[in-house]
Amino acid sequence: MAETLIELARVTKHYKRDAIEIPVLDEVTLDIARGEFLALMGPSGSGKTTLLNLIAGIDRPSSGKVVVENKDIARLNEKELARWRARHVGFIFQLYNLIPVLNAFENVELPLLLTSLSKKKRRDHVMTALSVVGLEERVNHYPRQLSGGQEQRVAIARAIVTDPTLLVADEPTGDLDAKSADEILDLMKRLNEEFDKTIIMVTHDPHAAGYAHSVLHLEKGVLSKTGGVYEVPTAHN
Amino acid sequence: MAIPLKYNLRNLFVRRVTTLMTVFTVALVVAVFIAIMSLANGLSSALVSTGSPENVIAIRESSQSEVQSSVTREAFQIIQTLPGVARDPQGKPLASAEIAVLVNLPRRGSGEPSNVTIRGVSEAGFALRPLVKIVAGQMLRPGLGEAIVSRKIADRFESTEIGETIHLGRRDWKVVGLFDAGGTAFDSEIWSNVNDVADAFDRLNYSSVLVRAENVAARDQLASRITGEQRLKLESKPEVTYYEEQTSVGGPIKALGIFVGVILGIGACFGGMNTMYAAVAYRTREIGTLRALGFSKASILTSFVIESVIIALIGGVVGCILSIPFNGIATGTTNFRTFSEVAFSFRITPDLVISALIFAAIMGVFGGLLPSRLAARMPITKTLREM
Repeated sequence: MAETLIELARVTKHYKRDAIEIPVLDEVTLDIARGEFLALMGPSGSGKTTLLNLIAGIDRPSSGKVVVENKDIARLNEKELARWRARHVGFIFQLYNLIPVLNAFENVELPLLLTSLSKKKRRDHVMTALSVVGLEERVNHYPRQLSGGQEQRVAIARAIVTDPTLLVADEPTGDLDAKSADEILDLMKRLNEEFDKTIIMVTHDPHAAGYAHSVLHLEKGVLSKTGGVYEVPTAHN
Repeated sequence: MAIPLKYNLRNLFVRRVTTLMTVFTVALVVAVFIAIMSLANGLSSALVSTGSPENVIAIRESSQSEVQSSVTREAFQIIQTLPGVARDPQGKPLASAEIAVLVNLPRRGSGEPSNVTIRGVSEAGFALRPLVKIVAGQMLRPGLGEAIVSRKIADRFESTEIGETIHLGRRDWKVVGLFDAGGTAFDSEIWSNVNDVADAFDRLNYSSVLVRAENVAARDQLASRITGEQRLKLESKPEVTYYEEQTSVGGPIKALGIFVGVILGIGACFGGMNTMYAAVAYRTREIGTLRALGFSKASILTSFVIESVIIALIGGVVGCILSIPFNGIATGTTNFRTFSEVAFSFRITPDLVISALIFAAIMGVFGGLLPSRLAARMPITKTLREM
């Protein structure tokens, strides 16, 4: 049986808008195994991005525990959580979120600036990450000089350059044409299978979800089947 | 490690129009600050740098300056006999009895009258002030009504060029030479022989006595001796101290410089703040991304403050460059101790430039602090939603 990497226990999240409390997640309990490629699906406002943010340590639960590699990240203070994210999480965003004034190399290098690696080692890591995504020829290109698909590949290189424990992707193909989307999903699948990366992906797109090992559905902040993981039959698996 | 500096520099270039506008605002403030402070600087330096370290000046007790003072001829004789007074190679005491009189002269161009000091000096007066050098014409001769004029005064007042005649007191004075006093207070004076001045202005007594001590160490002792001599009823101090005490004339200008600088600086801070708020709004998603990647709140805050300081420092440098033409411009004001014209030049010194750059950096820090704090404190999830 695969080792549990992420453990969510009775996680709730609500936001306050003026005096009104808006519930987003309701007692979500879930285990995610190391090496998993999990897709989170659900309608808009179902809480899937919030769930992803909690796992990635960029948001905190209102109650419950979020344990990653046996560490309750909800208990970490702001500084510790930032350090934890830098070490353990690779982010892939829908709009790529590259820094426009930095070129591909510099964008990928950003997370490494938070490590103690030497300049040469950083360079080696960046070049490795860019070669994994097939963009080693585009190191000096700025985001505006790249296509959407290429930008997302640079973003993926940035996400994997520190060799994080898990990759979180929020609608990674949401802004791409079908061909580029497939290339990105193929790349993510490769990262999962060849490099054994645990990936949690939020998506609206059943086609994208088809690349994942398993799919979880969220509806109004509640998992369709608490603690469970649905196996989705797909041509891509 | 902090967010790389190239991130800030390239962003400044990307938003170059806004950056340039802010740079220009800071530059103007810095230029005005430097201009006013260089005015105060020039005035102070004209007075501070006046005087030889071994010289002692004696004036009447409680007099604020030579102009209000009176020293009898007997007192001058007594001073020359005091121990500790230096002597020339011929054995004569190095002491100069002097008369300083305020005269009214029309300015060049406007014709507006202003007070200028005419100083009657003894022969030793020149030896006591080695900085004073004839730069055109010749040295005055006693008894002939000849005068020499500082070049700065000749530039600013009518009928004071070589060969011209000015009517002062009861006689006409022929200008026979121009002198340069090395930027000291004597650059604001007209000099003649002490006896000629006494005759022309009906002065029985002198205004002051300037005397050289045997050495710097003996100077204070000589000053105390003159002050303590009951027969004289004089107050004596080192010449350098006497002129330093007059630097208070620069005080109001300095205060004005700081006041105007601070008021304009606050305005520039708001300009910088506006620019930085716009920068934060424009880069909200980038800030969220950097935070998500693991950059701390402190590094975001520092990065944006540094960006603001960079803008301000560029503005500071431009301001310094803009102010360079002021350097050396000659002007004058009234010394309220002597009620006479002090000629001096705007003086931009390295210290002033450093102060101006520090002032610019402070504007940058204050202008950038609040927007940077906002950038650092935005919730990551909210910033990532920004389009």
